[in-house]
Amino acid sequence: MRGEKAVTVRRQKVRRNNIKLRLSFFLALTAVLLIVALFADKLTPYDPYLQNYDISFQPPSTEHWMGTDRYGRDLFSRVLVGGQASIFSTLALVAIISVFGTVVGVGCGYFGGKLDAVVMRISDVCLAFPGLVFALAVAALLNGGIVNAVIALAVISWPKYSRVARSQTLAQKNSSYVHAALLAGDTPIQVISRHVLPNILGPILVTAMLDIGTMMMELAGLSFLNLGAQPPTAEWGNMMSSGRSMLQIYPWIVLSPGLAIFITVVIFNLLGDTVRDYMDPKNSRSR
Amino acid sequence: MEAILEVRDITKVFSQPGRPAFTAVDHVSFRLMPGEILGIVGESGSGKSTIAQLITRLLDVTEGEIIIDGEDVTHARGKTLRKVYDKLQMVFQTPTGSFDPRRTLGDGIGESLRNRGMSKADIRSRVAEMLQQCGLSPEFSDRYPHEVSGGQCQRAAIARALIGGPKVLILDEATSALDVTVQQQIMELLTGLQKNRGLSYLFICHNLALVQMLCDRVLILYDGKIVKQGTPDEVIMTPQSEYTRRLVEAVFE
Repeated sequence: MRGEKAVTVRRQKVRRNNIKLRLSFFLALTAVLLIVALFADKLTPYDPYLQNYDISFQPPSTEHWMGTDRYGRDLFSRVLVGGQASIFSTLALVAIISVFGTVVGVGCGYFGGKLDAVVMRISDVCLAFPGLVFALAVAALLNGGIVNAVIALAVISWPKYSRVARSQTLAQKNSSYVHAALLAGDTPIQVISRHVLPNILGPILVTAMLDIGTMMMELAGLSFLNLGAQPPTAEWGNMMSSGRSMLQIYPWIVLSPGLAIFITVVIFNLLGDTVRDYMDPKNSRSR
Repeated sequence: MEAILEVRDITKVFSQPGRPAFTAVDHVSFRLMPGEILGIVGESGSGKSTIAQLITRLLDVTEGEIIIDGEDVTHARGKTLRKVYDKLQMVFQTPTGSFDPRRTLGDGIGESLRNRGMSKADIRSRVAEMLQQCGLSPEFSDRYPHEVSGGQCQRAAIARALIGGPKVLILDEATSALDVTVQQQIMELLTGLQKNRGLSYLFICHNLALVQMLCDRVLILYDGKIVKQGTPDEVIMTPQSEYTRRLVEAVFE
């Protein structure tokens, strides 16, 4: 009996260490990604905007790792610089919607009433609508540009967070410790900032991590449709768009930014998955 | 003598659209005198805990008045309500659940002092003092709720309730979640504190044996109404209504 128990405990420990290892691995990968994007200007072997028709449509070689596009611009340099626009606008987008959605959701959950009913119906409408179609309409209305694309996606994407935050807040609101905090003379704002928010942050963080990949794809999608970053700005979505007519003849023009999107999305998704596993209550929090 | 807590005809109706209204508390009136221990007994769903939540204003009454120390607090809000909590405190049923899982016990106990603007060092020493009075060593203030036992956590909850020097303490099934020996220790602690501080207790419980041991007076609650009141001996030894008789039989087999 005794030996058996020791074994299960040990197995749990191994599993937990495993998750920690995975978490640090993906955090490191993400860090590399962010650093490369941050210092892309200094890492590029060529000027990403320098046109040279003598070397247009060159296939990948030791000189131009990802080849060149129709204006003879070095694709590797463009992919590096394009990461800046793609990654940082995605992170900004996710930050905006998670903060805004959480504030709205916590407010609705805690105070309830008519405001809650109205806001939740609005978010129902947003959730029922195909996101990219709505974002397309908004982006078209606001004209192209990466900032407008971020706004368009933010308008449609915040309800996911307000839903999560609201349901979590409702559960907290009726807990004894929130009652005890009220009896200790906390104002509603103090209850929210000291007790509710710290306790609901986990699920929201996980939602946000898993959302980074999706948002990056949608943002690239808008750019692909010329509703995001405008040429000649390098951005993965519009780089794919500008090369799409030559896919059969010069596939590297589309494949290089495509590969960059693929790798980045996979890294962020795996990081999100690992964070979720890490925060799972079944992996008992021990401090 | 003036009552420290008086409720007059309080009624709570829960109504949701599309469902019949449910009356959880039906015209309940009673007075709690300074230094008195008043028991409220009843089965699950009889409205005991709702009464506690109405008095502490965690819920709004549908009808009736709540008077604490001569002041009508039925509709108190904001600042006025927070002043009420200087006189009135509550100990909850689930010891561990009544502390924020992400904060230390000391944090929870000292929260009301922090809200009154006391300095950190002062709070620490007051918390340590209060913990000792409740039979815990001061180092418990750095523990998290999941690191201590239910009994220790309930002692900390009692310390939290008493740190602001209230006059009335509502004990909402405060010993129900504990095992019998720990229950006994908590009861002793509560009796001692009550004598030393001249507190009034509203002791909500479904255990008649505990009520008989502790209370000066008992109300029997059934279906949101008071069906019987008197000294524990009157109520328990000579049960008159059918319900009281069944309740007594259920406890004393």
